Amino acid sequence: MRIVCPFCGERELGEFTYLGDAKPVRPAAGASEDEVFDYVYLRDNVAGETSEYWYHGGGCRSWLKVARNTLTHEISSVEPAAGAGARQPAK
Amino acid sequence: MTSSQSHRLTSGGLIDRSAPLNFRFDGKTFSGFQGDTLASALIANGVKLVGRSFKYHRPRGILTAGSEEPNALVELRTGARREPNTKATTAELYEGLEATSQNRWPSLRHDVMSVNQLFAPIFVAGFYYKTFMWPAKFWEAIYEPAIRRAAGLGRAAGVADPDHYDKAWAHCDVLIAGSGPAGLAAALAAGRSGARVILCEEDFSLGGRLLSDGGTIDGLPAAEWLLRTLAELEAMPDVRIMARTTLFGVYDGGTYGAIERVNDHLPSPPEHQVRQRLWRIVARRCVVAAGAIERPIVFVGNDTPGVMMASAMRTYVARYAATPAKRMALFTNNEDGWRTVETALSAGLQIAAVIDARPDVSPAHRSLASKGGFPVLHGSVSSVDGGKDGVRKIAVSLTGGARAEVEADGLAVSGGWNPAVGLTSYHRGRPKWLDNIAAFVPDGAPPGMVAVGAANGAFGLGACLADGFAAGGAAAHDTGNSGKAGAAPVAEDEAFSLTPLWHVAGKGKAFVDYQHDVTASDIELAQREGFESVEHLKRYTTLGMATDQGKTSNVAGLAIMAAVTGRSIPETGTTIYRPPYVPVAIGAFAGHHRDETFHATRLTPSHHWAAEQGAVFVDTGLWKRAQWYPRAGEKDWLESVTREVKAVRGGVGFCDVSTLGKIDVHGPDAGAFLDRVYINTFSNLAVGKARYGLMLREDGIVYDDGTTSRLAEDHYFLTTTTAKAGLVMQHLEFCRQVLFPELDVQLTSVSDQWAQFSIAGPKTRDLLKEIVDPAEDLSNDGFPFMGAREVRLRGGIKARLFRISFSGEMAFEISVPARFGEAMARNLMLAGAPLGVTPYGTEALGVMRVEKGHIAGPELSGTTTAADLGLGKIMSTKKDFIGRVMAGREALVAPNRQVVVGIKPVDKARRLRSGAHIIPKGQTPGPGNDQGYVTSVCFSPTLSQWIGLGLVERGRERIGEIVHAHDPLRGEDYDVELCNPVFYDPDGGRQRG
Ligand SMILES: [Zn+2]
Repeated sequence: MRIVCPFCGERELGEFTYLGDAKPVRPAAGASEDEVFDYVYLRDNVAGETSEYWYHGGGCRSWLKVARNTLTHEISSVEPAAGAGARQPAK
Repeated sequence: MTSSQSHRLTSGGLIDRSAPLNFRFDGKTFSGFQGDTLASALIANGVKLVGRSFKYHRPRGILTAGSEEPNALVELRTGARREPNTKATTAELYEGLEATSQNRWPSLRHDVMSVNQLFAPIFVAGFYYKTFMWPAKFWEAIYEPAIRRAAGLGRAAGVADPDHYDKAWAHCDVLIAGSGPAGLAAALAAGRSGARVILCEEDFSLGGRLLSDGGTIDGLPAAEWLLRTLAELEAMPDVRIMARTTLFGVYDGGTYGAIERVNDHLPSPPEHQVRQRLWRIVARRCVVAAGAIERPIVFVGNDTPGVMMASAMRTYVARYAATPAKRMALFTNNEDGWRTVETALSAGLQIAAVIDARPDVSPAHRSLASKGGFPVLHGSVSSVDGGKDGVRKIAVSLTGGARAEVEADGLAVSGGWNPAVGLTSYHRGRPKWLDNIAAFVPDGAPPGMVAVGAANGAFGLGACLADGFAAGGAAAHDTGNSGKAGAAPVAEDEAFSLTPLWHVAGKGKAFVDYQHDVTASDIELAQREGFESVEHLKRYTTLGMATDQGKTSNVAGLAIMAAVTGRSIPETGTTIYRPPYVPVAIGAFAGHHRDETFHATRLTPSHHWAAEQGAVFVDTGLWKRAQWYPRAGEKDWLESVTREVKAVRGGVGFCDVSTLGKIDVHGPDAGAFLDRVYINTFSNLAVGKARYGLMLREDGIVYDDGTTSRLAEDHYFLTTTTAKAGLVMQHLEFCRQVLFPELDVQLTSVSDQWAQFSIAGPKTRDLLKEIVDPAEDLSNDGFPFMGAREVRLRGGIKARLFRISFSGEMAFEISVPARFGEAMARNLMLAGAPLGVTPYGTEALGVMRVEKGHIAGPELSGTTTAADLGLGKIMSTKKDFIGRVMAGREALVAPNRQVVVGIKPVDKARRLRSGAHIIPKGQTPGPGNDQGYVTSVCFSPTLSQWIGLGLVERGRERIGEIVHAHDPLRGEDYDVELCNPVFYDPDGGRQRG
C-alpha cells in the first residue's frame, strides 16, 4: 500500500501509522457524557468509502485524512489535517 | 542404480556435457551435468522412485518439470542448511549436492509406514474430525503424535540458519512475470518504447516453453530467436532481467513481492553474499505472462512412478536430454499432448501407444502413428499397474466398451492446460470459465495488471507473441513512454482441440491431490456428507492445502465435485486464491532483522563510558540502559544495587536518564495547549518552574506522566516516560493538528538532542558546584525545589537544570547537548571522586522510586485512573482536557476500585514477588475474592526488607489491614500488610532540603 503525502509525495505504508475513523468530531467542552461516549467508542463498520487518520511519522509528522475504500483498498484522496504542515504566517 | 546416466541421450538438450557434477541422493552417488535440475539428473540416472506420499506412504515419482510439482519433494542439503520440502524439479544441480527422500522409514524402498495403506479407511476425507475425537485425552497422548510420525513432510534443520537474507526495493514502469514468448514479447515492446522494465523469471534459464517446445519465430528456430531477443533486451539500459526470481504476490498500490534465489544454485553462498533476496517491486503496470500448468487426469494408479505430465516428459527429453521412459505411452484428451510423442520419436524413443480420449485424431497424427509403428487407442486409461519401480502395464477402456492392455515403462498424461491465474486473482478476483479450453482464465485483475498469452488462455505461440507485444507496448504507453516499439514477433498458432476428461471411474485409489493424498472418492464422500461448497470441500478433504497449493489438483477436484452434484464447473466455482505463489522462506521475510540486528539499538549518550565501568545493560524497548554497575567482590546484583542505593541516600550518585522522551513546546498558545492534554494546569506555571503532569487517554484512563518545565513565556519543555516517548509525540501532534488546529503552538521532539542525568543524594549540591559556573545560585532560595532554568556550566556550555527528584533525595536533573553526554559522565566521576560519587543504574532507580511510592510502568498499566494512582487531587475541574468526560464515568469513579497502596510482608524476612494476588485474610483464593495484585517490588536497603506497591480494592481505606498474598504461578502463599505507599521520608523533607 502506498499513500501520497501532500507534503512528501508518494511513500510506502511502513512510513505511516493508522489511527482510525476520521469521521467522529470531538465534542466541544461541556458536551454530555453520551456525546463523548459516542465520539470515543461508536464507529461505523463501513464496506466501501471511509475517511481515516494516518500519521506520516516516517516523514513530515503530519496527520493526514485518507479517503480509502475498504472493499478495494483504493485511495481516492489524501488531505492534510487542519493544522498539518508549517503554520502560515499571519497576513 | 549406477552413476552411468543410463537414461541420458548422447546429444541435444540445454545441459553442458563438459561440466559433469556429482551429487548424492539417499546416500548414493550419481552424476549429472551443469544445466540439470535435481529431477532431471535423477531421471537421467534412471531413478523413478523419489518419495513417499503424505498419508499412505505410497511410492511416488516425478510428476512435473516445474514449480507446480506435488510429489518430488526432498530434504536438500545437510546440517544447518537442510531445507525440507524442496522441489527436485526446480532445485538446480551443483557439485556435491546432497538430497534425501522424505517421509519414509527406514528407507525409501522399504517403508514400514506404507502399512497406512491398509488402514486407508480411517484416513478418508475429514479423518481429523472423525476418527480421533474420543476419548478427548487420547488426542494429545496417542493419536496426534502417532499421526505426526506417520503422516508428514520433511524435517526442518532444527538449528539456526547460517545464511543471510536480504530485502530490497525496486521501482519500474512495467513489471513482467515470465520469460516465455509472451513475456519476452512484452519486454521487447515496453523496452523499445523506453519504459523502465523489470522481467522476473522463476527458472534459471530464460525462455519458458521455448526451451522445451521449440517452434519458429520470425522465420528463425525458437532457440535462435531467443538468443537474439535476450541480446536485444540486455542491451537496453532500462530493462532489468531477473532470473531465479518468482513473483509471488501482488499488494495494494502496485506493490509486488518477488523472491530471488540468489545463491540457491551453489553449495553455500559465497562470502558476504546472501542466500535469497526478497524484493518489493513498485510497478505502475504489470504484465502477467506466467504461462499455464498442464493438468493430470484422475484414474486408478495415476500416482505410480513413471506417470508424468506430457509436457514434463518432453521437457526432460528436449531440454535435459534425459529419458523418463524408453517405451512410453501417452494418455491425452487434447492435441497438445501429441507434441510429446513428436519429441520422443525425434529423440529415438519408442512409443507404446497413444490413448486419446477424443473421438477423432488428426490425419497428421495418424500418419505419425503408422510411421512410428504404434497404435492409437480411442478411450481412456482405466488403471496403471506398477510399483516402486514404475509403470509396467496400462489397462485401457476403449470407446465402445472393449478393453486393451499396453506394456510401457512410462505414461505421459495431458488433461489440458490451466492458465496460471494466481497473480491476477490475489485481490479476491474470481476467474471465469472458458468452454473452448475447458479452463478458468482471469476475469479482470488488480489495478494496473493484465494477463497475456497462456496465462490468459491463449495457448498458441503466435497468439502469445502478439498478446505479449501488444500488452507490453500499451503498458509502456500508459506510463508515458512513447518510443517506437517496431514490429511484433510473428509465429503461427498450433492447432488446439480438447475433449474435457477429468476422471476415469474405477476401483482403487485415483489421486486428485498427490501431495495431500486426496482421492476422487474422498471428494465424493465429502459431497455425500454435505461438504459441497468448494471452500468446505477444500478444508474437509485438505484438497489444495499442501505446499503446492493445488496447482495440479484444484480444477480436477472442482470438476469431480461438479459431476457428483450435477452442477457445471463454473457453478461449482473456485476457492479464494492467496499468495504466496510458491513457498517463501521466513528467513527471506526477516532479511537482516534477526539476532543482534533484529531491531535498531539505541545507546544512551554515556553508554560507552558505562560499558568501561563494567555496567550490566538491560534492554528497554530499543534502548540499552545501565542496570547496575557491579564492583569486584560483589556476589550478586542485589549486593550491587543495595550499595548504589545506600550511596545515593547517604552521599551522592548519578544516573543517565536520557531515554526519557523530551519535547519542546513553543508558541503563544503553548500553555493553553498543555492545559488541554494534561489533567492539571500548566498555563499558570511560572517561568523557571517545573510541574509533574498526568495525561489521560480520551477514554479516561491514564496514558503517560512526566515533568514539564516552563523555560520562557512561550516555551515549555516536556518529558515523557521512556516507553511512551514516540507515542506521546504522535498523540500530541494529533491533538495539535487534528483536535486543536486553532492553537498557535509547535512541537519539536528533542529526545536525542539532550543528554540528561539525574544527580541525587544529600551531597548533590557539593557535586554540582564543581560542574556549574560559580555565578549560578544553587542555594535553596536561588534554586528551590521544582525550579527549572537554563544555566551555564564551567567552561561555558549551556545546560538545563531541573530541581526534581524521583529518588526522594535532594536531587537535580541536568541536560547537556547530547554530544557532551559522555564528557558529563566522566566529569561527574572526576569532580565527585572526593565525595564518593556513585553511578547507579535502572535497578537502584527503581528501588528508590518504590521506596518513595512513585508510580511507574507497572502502575500505568492501561487500566488505572488518576485517582487509582492517588493523583485524583491534581485533576482540574475548571478546564476541558483529553479524557475529562470519560474519566467521570460511574465505573471509573466507583469507590471499590483497585488503587495504589504499599505492601509489606508480615514476615520481614520474606521476599515479595510481583504478580501475587491479594485475597482477604482467611478466605480461599478464587476469582470471586481476588482484590488486586502486587505491581512492583524491591528489596529496600533503607528498610532492610522487601517492600512493594500494589493495586488493591479500596486499598487506601485499608492501611494496616493484614491480607493474603496468593501466588499460584510460584506456589507461594503468605500474609502481607497494606500500608502507606510512601515508605521513605513521607513528608518529603529530604527532597526540599
Ligand atoms: Zn509527509
